Amino acid sequence: MTSKGTIDLVHLYPREMSIYGDLGNTRCLAQRIRRHGYDVRVHNHDPGATLPETPHLFMGGGGQDSGQSRVEDDLAVIADRLRDLAADGTPMIMICGMYQLFGNAFITVEGQELPGLGILDVTTRGNPTRMIGGIVLDTDLGEVVGFENHSGATVLGSGQSAFGTVRAGHGNNGTDRTEGAVTGNVIGSYLHGPILPANPRLADHLISRAAELATGRPFEPGDLDDAVADQARSRQVRRLLAA
Amino acid sequence: MLRTTAAIVAGKAARAAARVRGGGSAMPGLVAERIDPQFLAHALSGVSEGIVVVTGTNGKTTTTKMLAAILRAHGKRVFSNPTGSNFTRGVISAMLGDLPLTGRLDADIAVLELDEWHALQFAKVVTPTHALLLNVARDQLDRFAEIDTTAKLLGTLASMTSTGVVRNRDDSFVARLDEALFRPGVTTRWFGIDPAVADELPPLHEADARFDDEFSPPEPSGDDGMLHPQGPAEFRIDFGAECVGPLVLKQRGLAAMINATAATTTARLVLGEAFRPDVADEALRAVTPPFGRGEVIDAGGYPLELVLVKNPAGFTVALGTYHAEPVTTMVAINDDYADGQDVSWLYDVSFESLRENGVALTSGVRAYDMALRLDYDDVAVASVEPDLERALDRLIRDFPAEARRIFCTYTAMMRLRRLLAARYGLAGFGEETE
Repeated sequence: MTSKGTIDLVHLYPREMSIYGDLGNTRCLAQRIRRHGYDVRVHNHDPGATLPETPHLFMGGGGQDSGQSRVEDDLAVIADRLRDLAADGTPMIMICGMYQLFGNAFITVEGQELPGLGILDVTTRGNPTRMIGGIVLDTDLGEVVGFENHSGATVLGSGQSAFGTVRAGHGNNGTDRTEGAVTGNVIGSYLHGPILPANPRLADHLISRAAELATGRPFEPGDLDDAVADQARSRQVRRLLAA
Repeated sequence: MLRTTAAIVAGKAARAAARVRGGGSAMPGLVAERIDPQFLAHALSGVSEGIVVVTGTNGKTTTTKMLAAILRAHGKRVFSNPTGSNFTRGVISAMLGDLPLTGRLDADIAVLELDEWHALQFAKVVTPTHALLLNVARDQLDRFAEIDTTAKLLGTLASMTSTGVVRNRDDSFVARLDEALFRPGVTTRWFGIDPAVADELPPLHEADARFDDEFSPPEPSGDDGMLHPQGPAEFRIDFGAECVGPLVLKQRGLAAMINATAATTTARLVLGEAFRPDVADEALRAVTPPFGRGEVIDAGGYPLELVLVKNPAGFTVALGTYHAEPVTTMVAINDDYADGQDVSWLYDVSFESLRENGVALTSGVRAYDMALRLDYDDVAVASVEPDLERALDRLIRDFPAEARRIFCTYTAMMRLRRLLAARYGLAGFGEETE
């Protein structure tokens, strides 16, 4: 079978920012891209490296405080490029720590303000209590299930859309039932699990945008069997809603 | 004194009750701890030759068992908590069986397996003479939140230890603890893997992103134990020119060899002049695997192996041990508190070594998540059965005449081990004979 095109997938800071299994999102995207009949090049972007010329899809994960502080300098270097790519419709999925860094600012418990990229209009405050556990959302792409583990409490700016509405779990801040944020094709979310393998509609939503960017043609999906993913998701949703 | 006696009697009664109900190794200790918080300090006050705390993410139970065996083989009376109940109240629980009513343990050395947090709680009550720090890997993050936090716990434990600290030179979290915080005069010893061999291994440790400079392990001295594997099962441990082995353990796998190296290095430090390589060699050969940790059960005339997996580092080492050995494989994943509630970690493990033979069954509460994980690595899964008992039945019924291996998380292992014990008349938990 001839390839439908080649997609360049960038994993931002795999060493520093994927401690909660978020690497699984990259594994999932790369595998599904291949199964849909496209080729994929996975670029592991470490601090100090150069971004590929035409990236089509970005993934970034959660990290520890030490990891977060170690990527800040590089993020400042590639900030303008990321803002331009986001504005041009490049799909990006940013989880937990990287979601916070894509926001306006992170304010520590001590009151120190650390600026973010401002791609998503959200602000996060350090919180003494951690929000941990299974989580279920309603989103435009259907039910989404995952696991959250964060101490930052995030608040959306006035015009900012959430990624989903919380049906079970804490979400952005544990009070307003919003989870994550969406601007254009950029999605920020607290969901680990990792988020994509058990929520293939979300994965394919990102891949379809990336395929269009890479080929200039509409996405031509392959015939993928997601029966196991559907079982994994629906069983977990049932458990969490019943609890 | 009266209060302590009351605590022992209450704890012993609870222990007997728990045994009748068939398990629960932490509960009786909880009863005793509530009655007398100084119980531990008093019980250990007569132990004169060493109180050794074994901690770290992976290998605590196996290493503790090996260390106790080496010390016993040298004629020492050793108290240990061999059931894998690595909280302080688990230690008390184990003690109650051995305690005279004076409340003082009749032993020369105590070897205690404790998780990182409980090791510190213990050290606040009783000063350990020795600490053996195995490794730091991502595990149970929903309990400790961050791996850097775990490393700090180990550093604090080391700073509270009076005589000697034994550390893994290949684990940057453990090797880079700040020695300036250690007590003056504390002896530091290392254990590790021969560098020529280490390069060929799958990545054993978590990325340590805290420092700018690359980590390079400290140079071993003649008192540090270096593991030299010689083929898949045989190995020796070198202390400069002195050597233990070559020998073969009853427990399979590289992780067990590393644990043997850690245990031997610690025994050598604790025993000093009295340490004898030939005695250690003989003791290590005789150690049986703890329940569910590379334990091989005779299930209807063919072996069935239980392999406990708790975190990416442990699962990766386990898979690396077996490569593509032809065997029928089952994977059982639960997500209770003791398993770790977040199963994301399965995506930090590479399952390619299972691709050639595939997986017969996935089971446990997260059976479908495991099947999905394997699918993304192109590993074929023949069937999915979340119910552990039905899955075990099917494994034994459909694959009666071949070697079978079950990779399982903690609560899945406990349940499977009980089912197997009932079916094949194995010794129950807590009834292990040494």
